[in-house]
Amino acid sequence: MHQTVETPTVEKGKAASSRDGETGRKPGLFWYLILGIYFGIVLTKSEAISWFRIQEMFRFQGIHMYGMIAGALAVAALSVAIIKKRRARTIYGEEIYIPPKEMGKGFRYGVGGIIFGLGWALLGACPGPIFALIGNGVLVMFVALASAVVGTWVYGYLRPRLPH
Amino acid sequence: MLDFLSQPWPWYIAGPLIGLVVPALLFLGGKQFGVSANLRHLCAATIPGPVEFFKYDWKKSGLWNLTFVLGVVIGGFIAHTLLFNPDPIAISEATKADLTGLGLTDLNGLVPKEVFSWSGLLTLPGFVLIVGGGFLVGFGSRYAGGCTSGHAISGLADLQLPSLIAVVGFFIGGIIATFVLLPLIF
Repeated sequence: MHQTVETPTVEKGKAASSRDGETGRKPGLFWYLILGIYFGIVLTKSEAISWFRIQEMFRFQGIHMYGMIAGALAVAALSVAIIKKRRARTIYGEEIYIPPKEMGKGFRYGVGGIIFGLGWALLGACPGPIFALIGNGVLVMFVALASAVVGTWVYGYLRPRLPH
Repeated sequence: MLDFLSQPWPWYIAGPLIGLVVPALLFLGGKQFGVSANLRHLCAATIPGPVEFFKYDWKKSGLWNLTFVLGVVIGGFIAHTLLFNPDPIAISEATKADLTGLGLTDLNGLVPKEVFSWSGLLTLPGFVLIVGGGFLVGFGSRYAGGCTSGHAISGLADLQLPSLIAVVGFFIGGIIATFVLLPLIF
């Protein structure tokens, strides 16, 4: 079985884990909440959470989603390049390490990607927008979220038998 | 000010603003931007069962991310209340024509209400799109090791080849669902 990038880092240091929060300075959860609120507002106002916009994208009938993804990618790529080049540290002085994704046979990325894409077009929302839509009062998205959790669980259950 | 912010934000503003989440999370705690990991954390927190994949300390590795998506829900609520815009989404005329051709009559709001509502859930198209689509999003994102945020934004930003393969897969799947499955479902 292939262990991959998404294995949480916690697994390598289980023994020393329980008091970890007291050993080094870490950002409070509050700041992640603020960043999430920011992301939720931008996702909503950009209309990236709209089923209609996702349809327009997959039908290649508008630039909106492509321009947005390209703009996000440009800023993110430039930031990551600078962070790596300068060996920047977090605001608490810790090293920033971005683990490379394991290629393996690459099967999981192609097939998993296609399965995800099918769901993305049907639901008109990827995981971030599912949460943002719930905030927007589209409460039936709780059902989509529950179904996505079940889908994740089924993947976890079948994982040892699936080709990666 | 609020009136101005309530207008739809153009892609050339919103795109870079989304991109900023990547360095913000790295500078804050060295964290990787990726929303779908939370679906795994939710499994680990609620129904890990006998599955090895869900046996890890989700609080230690995922509490920051679960807090982040709680923020996304709140952010959606703030945008929906303080910055609400009642106008229909300005999708292209061609898309409107295609969706009308599928049989959708109400193109107002963020999502087609005849499908994405409690009454819509009880129809065949609604059930397939919400429950089927949700399942595939959850299964596929974990199989692929990430979703739009993890692969199309963070992964590609770090020039990772696996992420490029995944994103090509996203679009192959999306095109199949749009042009083959949707006409069958509606």
